[in-house]
Amino acid sequence: MRDRSNSLPIEFQNVAYAAGATSILGAISLVISAGAPTLLLGPNGSGKTTFLKLAMGLLTPAAGRILFASGAEVARRRCAIVFQKPVMLRRSAARNVAFALKAAARAPEAATIERLLQAVGLGGVAERPARRLSGGEQQRLALARALARDPDVLFLDEPTASLDPAATKSVEDIIVRTAERGVKIVMATHDLGQARRLAGDVVLLANGGIVEHAAATAFFQAPVTATAKRFLAGELIL
Amino acid sequence: MTALELIWSGDARLFQIVGLSLFVTLSATLLAAAAGMPLGALLALSRFPGRHALIVLVNGAMGLPPVVVGLVVFLLLSRSGPLGELGILFTPQAMIIAQAILISPIIAALTRQVIEDLWAEYKDELTAMHVAGGQRVATLLWDARFSLVTTLLAGFGRAAAEVGAVMIVGGNIDGFTRVMTTTIALETSKGNLPLAIGLGLVLIAVILAVNALAWAARGWSERHVG
Repeated sequence: MRDRSNSLPIEFQNVAYAAGATSILGAISLVISAGAPTLLLGPNGSGKTTFLKLAMGLLTPAAGRILFASGAEVARRRCAIVFQKPVMLRRSAARNVAFALKAAARAPEAATIERLLQAVGLGGVAERPARRLSGGEQQRLALARALARDPDVLFLDEPTASLDPAATKSVEDIIVRTAERGVKIVMATHDLGQARRLAGDVVLLANGGIVEHAAATAFFQAPVTATAKRFLAGELIL
Repeated sequence: MTALELIWSGDARLFQIVGLSLFVTLSATLLAAAAGMPLGALLALSRFPGRHALIVLVNGAMGLPPVVVGLVVFLLLSRSGPLGELGILFTPQAMIIAQAILISPIIAALTRQVIEDLWAEYKDELTAMHVAGGQRVATLLWDARFSLVTTLLAGFGRAAAEVGAVMIVGGNIDGFTRVMTTTIALETSKGNLPLAIGLGLVLIAVILAVNALAWAARGWSERHVG
């Protein structure tokens, strides 16, 4: 197995982000280390997507900095992201994967494409137009494209938010297998059950700040903050 | 002889005019695409001082009066003009240049809109995949290819229907620079309505056929490419 620890840890140092006059994230500090998946929990608007986009370099912090062990420019080339609503390129499923391979400077060989599609259970739809696939299939194709980068870190933004239980299970299985290969998963979700199934550690975000960061077992069994207790009790955090 | 009889009989003069018209218009469309599409993509994807002014200029130029374009090209290509040495005034080449100038802004402006809309959709994905520079432009142009066909059609339609510019720079010389629109204008003024009507029918049929083909291609692409 390739050593994927070079990009880690990722360190957020007082990172803030604002859209115009509206603060989205306010001076958060966090270290994401190698190991089991890190799950970002929190209600809509808590800053989960912004956190992932900042980490991926798709947004620029208004303040603070984000440090990668091997330097941001190099490390981000070893990262991949799957968005909540991934955009499919106007070509077949196989050609979407081929595109991602070429973008990652990897040879788009038929065997590699086939292996990646098989890994996400899309071996039978290789030649179908990507935009014609179901929501679950598109999400898995987006995962295949992300895996085509052979990433050290995989950011996932609510990848099962609009999927049915069967499709959710399928995506979660891929995530588990990917994590077992040593890829660091950093995933946003507001599904507590999913966090219990997948998380190694949990970051609870609310109102643009980190409420609690703890190992999953500790977080679910003995949350420290009142907000985390309310969140786990199913109360609305506004 | 009626207009339809002229068409069915395969009248040589009529079809020579149709052939020259298609050659001039298709050449002008290709030339305008070569200039307009990269310009449109540049305006969609680049940020530089004066970009907004250039967009307004290009959008405004979509309404360029053909006779003014014809006059400018005439002055450029006339014997005493800066490009007079080329000696192409009153030739199909001059007509191609005039039509290309006329429709380049249309193709550039529509391309900018198409690419800008697609870029808004693709921005995060392509940036996350570290797709930049020429590969980014090529990806957007390729994925927008069926929408861009519509921009070419808009240019083709405008060029095919244009009469003022080609009349000025082509001179409407029988058998050499006479195209469908200039012939229709001339024959109507002479009272030779069958030829004018026949050419009018062919002109409309050509434009409809090209649009039907593009429509079919777009439908096929949506079914097979997504």
